[in-house]
Amino acid sequence: MASHGIEIKGLYKIFGPNARQHVEAVRNGLSKAELNERYAHVLGLKDINISMPAGGITVVMGLSGSGKSTLIRHINRLIEPTYGEVIYDGVNICGMNERALRDFRRHKTAMVFQKFALLPHRTVIENTVYGLDIQGISRSESTKKGQYWIERVGLSGFENHYPNQLSGGMQQRVGLARALTNDADILLMDEAYSALDPLIRVDMQTVLLDLQAELKKTVVFITHDLDEALRLGDKITILRDGQVVQQGTGQEIVLSPADDYITAFVKEVNRGRVIQAKTVMKPFDGLTEGARIEATTTLEAAAKTMTESGQTKATITDEAGTPVGTLDLQTMIAAMVTPAGSDASKMAAE
Amino acid sequence: MAICEFLPRVFCRFPAISDSSIRDARKVIDDGFKGLVREYGSVIDIIVRPLQWFLNYLERLFTTSPWTVVLIIMLLIVYFGSRSIRITIGTAIGMIFIGIFGLWEDTMTTLAIVTVSTLIAIVIGLPIGILMARSDRIQGVINPVLDVMQTMPSFVYLIPVVVIFGIGKVPGLIAVVIYAVPPMIRLTNLGIRLVDKEVLEAADAFGSSPGQKLWNVQMPLALPTIMAGINQTIMMSLAMVVVASMVGVGGLGRNTLQAINNQFFTFGFLNGFALVAIAIIFDRTSQAFGKRLQRHSEVVHG
Repeated sequence: MASHGIEIKGLYKIFGPNARQHVEAVRNGLSKAELNERYAHVLGLKDINISMPAGGITVVMGLSGSGKSTLIRHINRLIEPTYGEVIYDGVNICGMNERALRDFRRHKTAMVFQKFALLPHRTVIENTVYGLDIQGISRSESTKKGQYWIERVGLSGFENHYPNQLSGGMQQRVGLARALTNDADILLMDEAYSALDPLIRVDMQTVLLDLQAELKKTVVFITHDLDEALRLGDKITILRDGQVVQQGTGQEIVLSPADDYITAFVKEVNRGRVIQAKTVMKPFDGLTEGARIEATTTLEAAAKTMTESGQTKATITDEAGTPVGTLDLQTMIAAMVTPAGSDASKMAAE
Repeated sequence: MAICEFLPRVFCRFPAISDSSIRDARKVIDDGFKGLVREYGSVIDIIVRPLQWFLNYLERLFTTSPWTVVLIIMLLIVYFGSRSIRITIGTAIGMIFIGIFGLWEDTMTTLAIVTVSTLIAIVIGLPIGILMARSDRIQGVINPVLDVMQTMPSFVYLIPVVVIFGIGKVPGLIAVVIYAVPPMIRLTNLGIRLVDKEVLEAADAFGSSPGQKLWNVQMPLALPTIMAGINQTIMMSLAMVVVASMVGVGGLGRNTLQAINNQFFTFGFLNGFALVAIAIIFDRTSQAFGKRLQRHSEVVHG
């Protein structure tokens, strides 16, 4: 199935009985605090414009209260927007009637929830085929599909267990299998891994990345964890107080944070896992010496290759293997420990 | 009182409407009500007839079948409902004692009316409870009605029931249902409203229609509470069967009424204990059944 991107255009969400009439004021600069104080309305989202690439993982990151969960619920319209458009495959989701919306939710989207939201009275396999049940597909057919995805997420043998008998990580595997069985193009993951232990979380991230490499769905992933965002996101959007503060690839955000808020976030990040060799390499000088490293390799992986082979210099190559630059250990270490906002950000801007 | 000498009369004696006006008003209301009943008597008859038929059928079935057959079927139901040998043996002992003291037939009559009234209460209560859970406005209207139904002394609404339906088994049955249906409605409403919001959101996210949401999510998750409602309904039917004997319901209730009128101490208590035995059997079986339905929620991952 060909994927389509999601375009969010000029989206506003204000919670309150007369939300619509305050949009104009908010657009003209009425702040969240003022809106709350003067009109007792809560500003959820303000002028959101995001283009989510087809077949890629878009991570929306923000702390609690930043509006990220509100935002993801606009994509399948679990929350009605106050103003603005969400466009998928040329259709404005916000303009769909009830029937069209139900069809869209059944066939085009699948969602994974923070607290799993499994049906406690259904077994793992019955939970997995839930989406297909709703579509009216017979159990004999849906069970086959469900079984396949249960195996893919590593739950074979647990088909007839109830969710309560499983650990949190396993329950979320069921949540993921349920979403994948739906065979929908859009996968919405609302803080899907936030409730899991750190080790299991990394495990589940790997599961998602492996599956995504093959499935190429349009994934929207919500998280409050920057490391998770950097690991998963082809594109990252950072929200604060209902507004987009910065959008870009992980590297762009780490190397040139838009403001102090993001700088503070980025400070704790393991830069070696984010910055790629091509970002800090020197132009190719004609000498192919040292280890050969692909341009998109992260510095951490590059450093590992170099130290293991006992080299202090490396030749950076493109996908075809043609040399495009050189890199020495000193530059690498400098890039890994230099705080953002210095030379590195200039290089990223090039 | 001394203080009244200094006060105008109105402040001392409550200025009630005069007796004659009350008498007139009462007459108008009573006559109007009776007139209405007389006018629509045939319609009421037609509506009530299936109830009468169902109740009579069940009562005949219970009382005319050999006691051995009834007892075996009853024990089978109890066993497969509760899967508990203890409850089954307890049931057998209780029923055998009832038989030994010569109350078998009366007990069967009571069982028949309790069965029918519980079924009717479920059929009426479930949809009303679902409607209530769907809309706050409906809840706002129905809740005070239920409050009145539950606090109004049961003797009082025997009066309109008798005026409308006369004396007999069916009016008694209707009174029992009116008395027993509120917990069914309330707990269905409560159960549905308590369903986890995130699971409901998941149902929406996967594109459930309102009907699919009700049957896939709301009803199954509300089931423990609904089962508690059914249990309460049974208990209240059993209590009301005794009161309903005043309008002509037979069985253990009528015996109790006779015992009160004639001060038959032993006879009264025997019938009372028979009712207690039935109540315990119903209660334990329905609770064990409800618990068995919820097996999946018990095994919690540690």
